[in-house]
Amino acid sequence: MPDHATAISLILSAVAEVAPEADLAELDPTADLTEQLELDSMDFLNVVVAVNEATGVEIPERDYPELSTLDRFAAYLAERLPV
Amino acid sequence: MAGETLEFRMPSLGADMTEGTVLEWRIAPGDRVEVGDIVAVVDTEKAEIEVDSFDAGVVADLVVSVGQAVPVGTVLAHLTSTGTAGGQPVAPLAPSAPAAPTSPTGPPPPPTPPPPKSPPPLTSPPPTSPSRRQPVPVSTAPSVDGRAPGTRPAPKVLSPLVRHAAEAVHLEVAALHGSGPAGRVVRADVEAVAPRPTRRTPISPRARRLAATLGVDLAALGGQGSGPGHSIVAADVLAAGRSPTAAEAAPPVPPPPDRMRRSIAAAMERSWREIPHYHVATRIDVSRPLAWLSEENLRRPVRDRLLPAVLLLRATALAAAQRPELNGWWIEGSFRAAERVDLGVAVSLRSGGLVVPVIAGADRLDLDQLMARLRDLVTRARRARLRSSELIPASITVTDLGDVGVDTVHGVIHAPQVALVGFGAIREEPWAEGGMLAVRPVVHATVAGDHRASDWRTGARFLSTMAALLEEAPCLTTPPPSA
Repeated sequence: MPDHATAISLILSAVAEVAPEADLAELDPTADLTEQLELDSMDFLNVVVAVNEATGVEIPERDYPELSTLDRFAAYLAERLPV
Repeated sequence: MAGETLEFRMPSLGADMTEGTVLEWRIAPGDRVEVGDIVAVVDTEKAEIEVDSFDAGVVADLVVSVGQAVPVGTVLAHLTSTGTAGGQPVAPLAPSAPAAPTSPTGPPPPPTPPPPKSPPPLTSPPPTSPSRRQPVPVSTAPSVDGRAPGTRPAPKVLSPLVRHAAEAVHLEVAALHGSGPAGRVVRADVEAVAPRPTRRTPISPRARRLAATLGVDLAALGGQGSGPGHSIVAADVLAAGRSPTAAEAAPPVPPPPDRMRRSIAAAMERSWREIPHYHVATRIDVSRPLAWLSEENLRRPVRDRLLPAVLLLRATALAAAQRPELNGWWIEGSFRAAERVDLGVAVSLRSGGLVVPVIAGADRLDLDQLMARLRDLVTRARRARLRSSELIPASITVTDLGDVGVDTVHGVIHAPQVALVGFGAIREEPWAEGGMLAVRPVVHATVAGDHRASDWRTGARFLSTMAALLEEAPCLTTPPPSA
């Protein structure tokens, strides 16, 4: 199964694209993601779209609560990345 | 008429704007220009705005050079018309006392917008954004506290995010010294060894280009600029270009107040001082449109998903069309109704501050069109890439703070508009109906109204129109009424 760290990189790349001025290096991977980075619903949707375009993984809206922290998002994504 | 000489003049991008400076030309003599093409970037003393063309033609000459400050209305360039109609689909329709005289040489310049409109736009783009990187596979380097490789790298020692950031500056992860708790490598450690940029203050790309054009030495500028977060923006370069001795002045000066914050302060102070506000509020059950939305989004590819915010915007635009008493401006002692619904959307910026791009004719757009406009405007607003055609005066503004999680917004109207619509977060709340208690997704909607132009009953009727639209829902999804 693809590496958790690979998933982290993918997500951070998507975030960097959507919110280039967000401070990624100080991010706590266990705390709420959108709150730390001040991402609103438009930003979050754009991250989901960017991840989809980079990986082909489609995240349904009902799964959004599982993406609350960077670690949880990465775990979710790692399970679904093509091997 | 083909062959006519058209004048491109310094536009007025704010009623208190007296002069502007061309920061960049995006056209050169001989270029073809279509309506809507960006022709120049102009500094207006408050912000850097991309000016788009109302005309189509071929560029004949550029009259004003980069860095030159000229009064509003000065001819900046000449175009030779190619005969395509210089239609102005998004020309400002705000009433102004003197109508711009029709010039025989072509369509008149856009009419002066009424006195200070919605809070002025962003002053500078955020620091240069990294170009899209390919995902970087993270190697399992030995952790810096000497732990054997292969053991689980605890987040507290070196988080993958810091690793990502470090690799972005091409450093050996293993070579980093950790100065944080328990030997944790923190951002400062990465920066300590990273090739240090010539300054720690971000500089906008436009400021860099302008400095190159004008021959301004960026290193000679003071440590802080007037852009958001004290970044250096084009205006700082212009100021240095005009008075080089000021830039060389030795004693450290306190950073100039953030231009945007000053502009917002001035606009809000004026609104609060001049407008007698009333506030009315209501709760709206949005279960039906949200249920429709989640069904609809399941059917659509990810990139075509709609946000709940778009439902709220559409309801606002439709209500404004049906309640014209709140869609317009208070000018010189009386209310002037707008001819269409130009919806200002308050967009917050991560650096702090607010910019309010405008969706022209919002009531004529369907949900997909609104979503596309919103996404486009929000993205560009945050990167300071708004166009002059998007800074037309709004006829009514909505501030959707649903994402921030407050219940209710008690807003301040953006003079000279007469109303501001606010939405709180959509939350599950108790909802009584037919003597029974249920739990529904509810939004608190508010209208702040100018008590000179209307009274609270008008605001209340506006809210009930909006509530009916949202609670019945199919109205939102039917095609907009034809003109």
